[in-house]
Amino acid sequence: MTWITDAQNTWCPGCGNFTVQHALKDVFAGLVADEGRRPEEFVLVTGIGCHAKIADYLAVNSFYAIHGRTLPVATGITLANPDLTVVACAGDGDAYAEGLGHLVFAAKRNTDITAVVHDNRVYGLTTGQYTPTSYTGFRGRSTPKGAKERPFNPVELALASGATFVARAYTRRLDHLREVLRRAVLHRGFSFVEVLQICATYNNLTASYHDQAYELDGHDTADLTAALERAREWDYSDGAPIALGVFYEVEREREAWPPMGRLPDHRRREVIRGVLEERR
Amino acid sequence: MDEIAVLIGGKAGEGINIAGSVVMRLIAGCGLRAAMYYDYQSLIKGGHNFAVIRGAAEQPYCHREGLDLVLALDQETVRRHHGRLRAGGQVIYDTGRVQEGEGTGIPLDEIVKDEGAPAVTRNMGLIGGFCKACAIPWETVEAVLSRAVPKAVEANLRVAGRGYEAAEMVRPLPARAAGIRVLPAISGNEAIALGLVEAGLEGYIAYPMTPSSGILHFLAARQEEFRTSVVHPENEIGVMLMALGAAYAGRRVAVGTSGGGFCLMTEGFSLAGMAELPVLIVLAQRPGPSTGVPTYSGQGDLLFALSAGQGEFPRPVVAPGTLEEAWYWAGALLDLAWRFQTPAVLLTDKNLGEGMYTFHGAPERPPLPSVRWDGDGGYRRYAPGPDGVSPLASPGTAGAVVKVNSYAHDERGITTEDRATVARMAEKRNEKEKAMAEVLRSYPSVMTAGDPAAGTVLLCWGSTAGVCTEAAKDLGLRVVRPVVLSPFPVEQFSAAIGGAEQVVAVEENLDGHLARLVRAEGYRVNAVIGKYDGRPFFLEDLERQLKGVGA
Repeated sequence: MTWITDAQNTWCPGCGNFTVQHALKDVFAGLVADEGRRPEEFVLVTGIGCHAKIADYLAVNSFYAIHGRTLPVATGITLANPDLTVVACAGDGDAYAEGLGHLVFAAKRNTDITAVVHDNRVYGLTTGQYTPTSYTGFRGRSTPKGAKERPFNPVELALASGATFVARAYTRRLDHLREVLRRAVLHRGFSFVEVLQICATYNNLTASYHDQAYELDGHDTADLTAALERAREWDYSDGAPIALGVFYEVEREREAWPPMGRLPDHRRREVIRGVLEERR
Repeated sequence: MDEIAVLIGGKAGEGINIAGSVVMRLIAGCGLRAAMYYDYQSLIKGGHNFAVIRGAAEQPYCHREGLDLVLALDQETVRRHHGRLRAGGQVIYDTGRVQEGEGTGIPLDEIVKDEGAPAVTRNMGLIGGFCKACAIPWETVEAVLSRAVPKAVEANLRVAGRGYEAAEMVRPLPARAAGIRVLPAISGNEAIALGLVEAGLEGYIAYPMTPSSGILHFLAARQEEFRTSVVHPENEIGVMLMALGAAYAGRRVAVGTSGGGFCLMTEGFSLAGMAELPVLIVLAQRPGPSTGVPTYSGQGDLLFALSAGQGEFPRPVVAPGTLEEAWYWAGALLDLAWRFQTPAVLLTDKNLGEGMYTFHGAPERPPLPSVRWDGDGGYRRYAPGPDGVSPLASPGTAGAVVKVNSYAHDERGITTEDRATVARMAEKRNEKEKAMAEVLRSYPSVMTAGDPAAGTVLLCWGSTAGVCTEAAKDLGLRVVRPVVLSPFPVEQFSAAIGGAEQVVAVEENLDGHLARLVRAEGYRVNAVIGKYDGRPFFLEDLERQLKGVGA
């Protein structure tokens, strides 16, 4: 099984997207090897931006969508065929700016999707503007004097919206990222994984992530209050410790809408005849 | 023709829509053909709502100024409409709410109180009065009311019975033809919903928006029965993208909206064009721009539908004029969208969608299966296929990697900016449009009515079909009505319009959208008669205007 296409890779050297791609590939391959999954059941949905090129590079079913719209596409796929394993990769612009409403609703519905947000906290492909998670004071091409807004805390937002699996990982910790992604894909319901990654060209935060990041230990993932508390430690602007790992994981009713289908042809005609009969 | 026209009016919240549909079903239940127009404002309580029902032995498709009976739940109804009564007509009114009434008064409040019935059954008292006025046998009233208003049947029947006793015969219903069948009475939105289900709809996704919401409500109420999933997402952007996700995963899905919602959907509409994903959009027009007049009707979105979305891609756009066409084309457009892997637009309006008509049954559609992958060789989503149509496979299919892409892409679905590939894929999409036009030659893409030899042609589209057909009959004119508006049915249209000396477009807009389209196709249009106040043309009104332009 080849997991990588022959499409020419155009990410910058040092880009965090390489790590996400390899981690996801390993997760898919692992699920095929030890869970009896078929490679054909994986579907990757992406938005637009550097992250989205992963749709070209991974040799799995993919829907290379448009900016901000990964989650409704993923929802439609899940409703159409609940047997598919749907992973939606989005950028921070996708998930938190253009697609914010969709994120909140996908979490609210607890649809069985794994949302992976490649958060480099800058718009890369449009050449370096601030995003919803850029730190206050970020100097980008649209904010030359420094962004005045405060960043969103996506982990807190996902918890508040009702996601039943909420985690954060970092691309410089590949083994941990791989483990978190695997758990997220295996989770039944809406999984949200915030992946911190650097943008080698426009926002290289390697040094501060190196100093601040730590892995959660002894944290009760069934406790929403504890999860929120941990999520609020770092506000995406300050130098506080950055917790990595699974913040929250619970089981909840997940089919918000009935899966799609239809009656067999002859039954359909009978039922329609019945409806018309009622209207005489 | 011998006909009856009944108007029932009152305040919003008094059940005028239900009352109108019951009158409609009573007239249909007596073996007549009927049409109902429902007029209401964008408010929940108060204001003035009315429904007009016209019945005859032959199917009526429009309304006239003249009325035979006015059923008034309030003074406002009498004030607004009593001047429209024809000779021999009468007002039947509620003595409690109408102080200055002439005709038959029925004390609805007293009746409701006596019968211990809820206040909303007052309308049944008037309906009882109407039945007596038209000499409808009580057994028919009982049978139709029990089917039409299954909630609280007993109370409704008691109140209707009291109205029946209190009224007198005014005029019997027109005679029905011998051996005629009683037809079901449904709305345009219900016809669309049923046409979709019959054609194998598996999912309907919509955000509520008048006048398309009737489809959502009807399908949601019956989703277990039809086994069709009905989904109401966060907004129209979500609607469109969910539909595309579901189509990608192999389901036949449709979405419904009106102009404002379609504005939000155009982003996904364009994505469907590039990714070659099928989806059917029911676009129910109302007067715009923007929020416009939400509960009224218009035909101002034709040019928008024809050009929505950035870039070039094929999209069938069809505007049915009757229930039967709405049913037929809802299914036919599903077939076409899935055969040619494009988005498709069913363009309706409030008058058709929320209007009720007796339903005569839709014709059979020609089979048009989608092009499926045969499982041979490595799957390429955009591989060359017949007429530019690539063989379809859904994710999950063994041995297939199914990649769709919003970017320009190669045959495998992988992003490319290679000049030759970009051009080839644009040509592929264009080829599908040509093939679609070819297939549509065997569909009823252009309808005609009236005198085929007449030199004066009424050019119309959508729900103005009815009023144009009746006017053409009265005045000896010809009607030419393209039902398919994209790809433009050149051959059928040329044949239909041949020999025309004067072409008058009749449209519910100010600009003459169809006139513009037809002129762009190289035909002459001499005049445009437009109506853009949200209300349908009355027959008399159209005939006066036609004489005004020398038709």
